[in-house]
Amino acid sequence: MSAQLAIIYPELGLFALAVAVLLLDLAWPRRRGALGYLLAAGCGALAVAVLAHPPAGEAFGGMLVADSLTVTFKAMFLLAAALVSLLSLRFLGGISRSQGEFYFLLALSTLGLMLLSSAQDLLMLYLGLELGTISLYPLAAWHKDNPRSAEAGMKYLLLGAISSAVLLYGLTMIYGVAGTTSFAGVRDALQAAGSPALVLGIAFVAAGFGFKVAAAPFHMWAPDVYEGAPTPITAFLSVASKAAGFAVLLRVFAGLLPGMSDAWAALMAVLSLASLLVGNLAAIPQTNIKRMLAYSGVAQAGCVLVGVAAASALGAGYSVFYLFQYTLANIGAFAVVLLVAQATGSEQITAFRGLSQRSPLLAFSMLLLLLSLGGIPPLGGFWAKLYVFMAGVQQGLWWLVLVGVLTSVLALYYYLMVVRQMYILPPDSHERLPIPLPAGLALLVCTVAIVALAYPAPLANLATAAGRVLFP
Amino acid sequence: MGWMESHLLSLLLLFPLGGAIINMLIPGERKLALRLVSAAAATGTLVVSAALLVLYPQAPGGTIRFQETIDWVPGVGVSYHLGADGISLVLVLLTALIIFTGVFASWTVQVRTKEFLILLLLLVTGVFGVFISVDLFFFFLFYEVAVLPMYLLIGIWGTGPREYAALKLTLYLLVGSALMLLGIFGLYWYSGLTEKSFDLLKLAGAGGYPPVLQIVFFLLLYLGFGVLAGIWPLHTWSPDGHASAPTAVSMLHAGVLMKLGAYGILRVGVGLLPQGAQYWAPLVGAVAVINIVYGAMSAMGQRDLKYVIAYSSVSHMGVVMLGIAALNGLSLNGSVLQMFAHGIMTGLFFALVGLVYEKAHSRYIPGMGGFAGRMPGITLAFVVAGLSSLGLPGTAGFAAEVLVFLGSWRAMPLLALLALAGIVITATYVLRVVQKIFLGPRPAEFDGLPDARTTEWVALVVLGAVLLVVGVYPGPMVQLIESGLRPLLAPLVGG
Repeated sequence: MSAQLAIIYPELGLFALAVAVLLLDLAWPRRRGALGYLLAAGCGALAVAVLAHPPAGEAFGGMLVADSLTVTFKAMFLLAAALVSLLSLRFLGGISRSQGEFYFLLALSTLGLMLLSSAQDLLMLYLGLELGTISLYPLAAWHKDNPRSAEAGMKYLLLGAISSAVLLYGLTMIYGVAGTTSFAGVRDALQAAGSPALVLGIAFVAAGFGFKVAAAPFHMWAPDVYEGAPTPITAFLSVASKAAGFAVLLRVFAGLLPGMSDAWAALMAVLSLASLLVGNLAAIPQTNIKRMLAYSGVAQAGCVLVGVAAASALGAGYSVFYLFQYTLANIGAFAVVLLVAQATGSEQITAFRGLSQRSPLLAFSMLLLLLSLGGIPPLGGFWAKLYVFMAGVQQGLWWLVLVGVLTSVLALYYYLMVVRQMYILPPDSHERLPIPLPAGLALLVCTVAIVALAYPAPLANLATAAGRVLFP
Repeated sequence: MGWMESHLLSLLLLFPLGGAIINMLIPGERKLALRLVSAAAATGTLVVSAALLVLYPQAPGGTIRFQETIDWVPGVGVSYHLGADGISLVLVLLTALIIFTGVFASWTVQVRTKEFLILLLLLVTGVFGVFISVDLFFFFLFYEVAVLPMYLLIGIWGTGPREYAALKLTLYLLVGSALMLLGIFGLYWYSGLTEKSFDLLKLAGAGGYPPVLQIVFFLLLYLGFGVLAGIWPLHTWSPDGHASAPTAVSMLHAGVLMKLGAYGILRVGVGLLPQGAQYWAPLVGAVAVINIVYGAMSAMGQRDLKYVIAYSSVSHMGVVMLGIAALNGLSLNGSVLQMFAHGIMTGLFFALVGLVYEKAHSRYIPGMGGFAGRMPGITLAFVVAGLSSLGLPGTAGFAAEVLVFLGSWRAMPLLALLALAGIVITATYVLRVVQKIFLGPRPAEFDGLPDARTTEWVALVVLGAVLLVVGVYPGPMVQLIESGLRPLLAPLVGG
């Protein structure tokens, strides 16, 4: 038993942390700000621990697995949680009543996503997914008195529930054909069978996770929810929940249906194409920076899907690489959005006017992060795009890579529009913009990491090892 | 000496990059310090280029010398591999001359001086990097570093419709780099190497690409690089961009950056895909002639002095491309020499336009006149640049154009003949501009015009002198270029 517990030590650690946050909130009512630091430090430490001492093996009768794929994803989620807690610290200042619950739910959601990424059983998969998502519903609606936030929470709840239902329906069909819920059993049962119910099941599962990763045409909820949700939660939604969706997409398709890779790879390629086009085109006319980032996130999901559609060890590994750097870059970008919105009271792109003169550091970080998101060398985002496109070319997806490369130029256009506001236009006021410590720290981590990824070998090695788990 | 030789090229990158980093640390109010650091960095690159030229004849290492390699991402086949042959060296020298004079030409930039100089130095780092990269990956990286600062440089410090021009230029060039990236991908995947690599030398040694792929990849690279080289009809960013950019940026962009495009077509396109280049040569040549004639005619129609020079670049880049299309020793040599000659000449032109505008506050040609009496130095320099532009013997422009036309006459006589018409038009508009602005009666409002002063002389003297020296004695440079062309020509002889 203890050997099995050792395999899930990151989850246990996080759960202990979550409970500690909840209890300290009661015991320590005056110093609630410390809770955010506690969660951030705890998650950061766990992320380092997971990478330094990766657990390996199967636990609980094959319900959960720990391998290099899950380790990479867990590190990603923990890192995202740590950064988002830092971002939330000052942000929650005005609504201090329920800080404990905020961080508790954040920790629980992270826990759910971690379980999701290591699930080896359809039931476990669904359990992790619901824990991860349901904890996010109240977080999205955290600003109760702000109608937009309430609307965002409602939309997220409804569409999340629908997508879960669709997914569950697909899972039951797969179960119906296979007769078992364990991944290994399903895989064996499916080797022979090729029933239409199975194809339908796959389609439903793809649609269900299409919602989670906000891939077109299942992306409609994202802009509204991103815009209305509190910015730190938007950051978390845009990276962790997306990454978790991909973790499962990879697990289910590559792990369960190795023999049908043609069918699901084609499906992924179509989703990728739609996401690249819809995301990049729809981002251009946006005036709200959070909506713009939402659509850009759809496009980024399209890029990740190029790697998934490659249906190869390299493709899967490089999708993981992509998600990892996207997590850092996007949280960093949202950190800047948060700071600018706090100072100017606006989440419009025009709020960035003259930022380079009001806060050169903030503007420069944002410049680097946007260039990375746009795939400019030598930043992390460039390597990610290069890697997934290379994986695509290797599998003959020339047409998709062509679209991917060309739409990257569109993406640079709307990122440059923010750069234009920051650098070219004069500021409305010359008042310096304050950068509070915790958010500044998170931003610093993201920016440094994105620049450090100019030397991508260590992360690329980690990611390709993860890819080889799926395609041995 | 050996250690020195194998790190000279890194040093060449380190000077501008280091200058940019030092400038980041200097407070923005200390403008003199910022300018001096930039000038020192630019001088450093000039010294290193001179050292490279001196050492080149004795340096070991075959065609590509001063090599330096560090594995960057071994699994993917990316290495930091620098090296220079005769062609690179000519263009490195060009870049060093232009940035050296460009820093002095931007001595008077007062608005956000710090950021301006940082971006300028970053941009130049990228340009040097492209010319000395042997690894296609780093080649692309430096290419982007050279292109992107342009958006801010024009957007912030430009004139006229600067934001429009900056965005147009950036988007055009980004589309170009997307196409180019696809071409590079293709070269990487289909090289036939067992261990994949971005290294140009390894790719060239792999035994060649199948003809069909050569045709496809060359087209991608031609279009991708061609955007930056200003090929018709993808050139429209160039007049807008160059006319809106601040002086030093116009100098660098028209003088050096457009050459990156032509250099890319020559080094990567012709170098790795000789059959592709031969297949598309008629198209490349025809488009080049359109560039020459159409560019010259557009230049003639302009009333804004800066637009005249900007369109003349489109025309002169056509000569470069015509030389590449003809694909023989003479024409390619002329093409590279034209890159150098045009770079120096257009750099001088834009420096002069900047000076004239600063003093007369006008670029409107019909409104000016008789400036020669007030600014003899500027007039002399303008005449030198103009004569080189129209290809007068004794100027660098003549040497280059003669080689290109002789070479292309052999390969494509009809096109060469048509292109010659462009030269006549060039002579017309250059002489008309000289006559209108510098000669004739002077409107009374311009009676108090001063001539160039102190740092303003640097660009005029240095660039003017280079134009004349290379024009009178082009031998050494032609030989230098020839030494770099040999491996490019070898596979072309049979076809």
